[in-house]
Amino acid sequence: MSEPEPENEEEEEAETDGGVHTHTVRLELVDEPGELLNALQPIADNGGNLLSIFHERGSMTPRGHIPVAVDLECPPDRFEAIIDSLRDAGVNVIEADTERYTEAFVVVLVGDLIGADLSDTISSVEEYANASVVDVSLSAPGGADDTASARFRLAATEGHAEDALGAVRDVADGKGLDVIEPLVVGQ
Amino acid sequence: MKLAIVGAGAVGASVARLAGGAGHTVVALADSTAAVVDSGGVDVEAALAAKESGDPLGSRNPEALFESDYGVLIEATPTTLGDAEPGFSHVERALSDDRHVVLANKGPVAERYDDVRALEADSEGEVYFEAAVGGAIPILSTIAGQGEGNVTAARGVLNGTANFILTRMAAEGLGYEHVLAEAQDLGVAETDPTFDVEGTDQALKCVILANVLYGGGYSLADAEVEGIDSIPGSALDLAAEDGRTVRLIGEVSEGEVRVGPRLVPENGTLAVTGTQNIVQLETEHAGRLNLSGRGAGGPETASAVLADVARLE
Repeated sequence: MSEPEPENEEEEEAETDGGVHTHTVRLELVDEPGELLNALQPIADNGGNLLSIFHERGSMTPRGHIPVAVDLECPPDRFEAIIDSLRDAGVNVIEADTERYTEAFVVVLVGDLIGADLSDTISSVEEYANASVVDVSLSAPGGADDTASARFRLAATEGHAEDALGAVRDVADGKGLDVIEPLVVGQ
Repeated sequence: MKLAIVGAGAVGASVARLAGGAGHTVVALADSTAAVVDSGGVDVEAALAAKESGDPLGSRNPEALFESDYGVLIEATPTTLGDAEPGFSHVERALSDDRHVVLANKGPVAERYDDVRALEADSEGEVYFEAAVGGAIPILSTIAGQGEGNVTAARGVLNGTANFILTRMAAEGLGYEHVLAEAQDLGVAETDPTFDVEGTDQALKCVILANVLYGGGYSLADAEVEGIDSIPGSALDLAAEDGRTVRLIGEVSEGEVRVGPRLVPENGTLAVTGTQNIVQLETEHAGRLNLSGRGAGGPETASAVLADVARLE
């Protein structure tokens, strides 16, 4: 006859102290002095409580960045503000709990990639595509003056792979490059 | 059925040769300069031998074909863009005489589909064009079999020349120009390969598919088309390193027609090799259908023409 007591208690607990949730945020930092502090400050400023920082100084991402995993707790309504302020501060947020870069896809760009400034192409794609360039392979058998190809592996946030591909098209278009697209993005 | 065949190239000649075996009679055969007409049945081999040796097919002018007592016009003249002439006028003439039309020529149903359907609506004759899309592969009859509106998208490889070039480039690590020259030596590519390598031929086939799937309204101008002529070997190398390859893929989906080079899994269904063609249909009830086979060639394409003729009996 009695109500399932424990379940109720849990629910009540969650509601009473609820507001504070634990989150894991993955960042990529440039290897420069002060970058870590720069990344942590917005968290504290927006009501987040740092629990732990895992700073993998030894392992670089393909782009030469340093991955950092931050555990923090904050009221649910503050989490988005923390992520926004991190992005405003120029910090590259790779993963923020539920918002994961889950849709990876590959494109091949063709043309005068070296003349079109490969590194600017990569950063333009990241900037406009709301996607992360996970991996780049360049093949320029004819040297710098000939037509070259570059394979980009991109990771977009869930449901945004189409948008990311559109942004890649725009960037390539602006630089006079051809895009060999995947048949289906997100696969 | 009594057939009048206009166009005596690879497809027209093959239809003429295979018609007898399928139980039909060729009552007229014409090319752009002459015609041979015989209500008892044209001597196909004699006419084609004459053409081969540089003589006219027959003693009549091409117009005489339309005066014969044919039941089905086989339109196998070369595909033309824009007004799709002279193919369109041939279709118009046959339909206004209440005869059936079977097209191997893509032009009229790619560039002037709505006009063709309007003429058909006023005629006792019907129009079929299986051979115009994917040669021997029964694509349009499969779509018809699924029922109206039940095929939601189509994609695939519909140009053997472009596919041959991409296959050879990937397999041999050779450049585009080199493989194109090889393809021309083998007769896989024409002296002027523009139509194939720039994606136009495949786009026309996709436009026809769009007209069939969406009830008309499409022409080449509605397709977004990119070819394979600017793809370097390095792009295929990078794709291969990642377990992929490049194919010239045509897509008809959500009201849009696109043709362009795409990355596909190296051993995936769409990565057909050589001159093979494939079409993948997304259907409402039957899941995904993959149809592959020979997308060009005289006897292959003629088999699709004769399948259409059989539907008219």
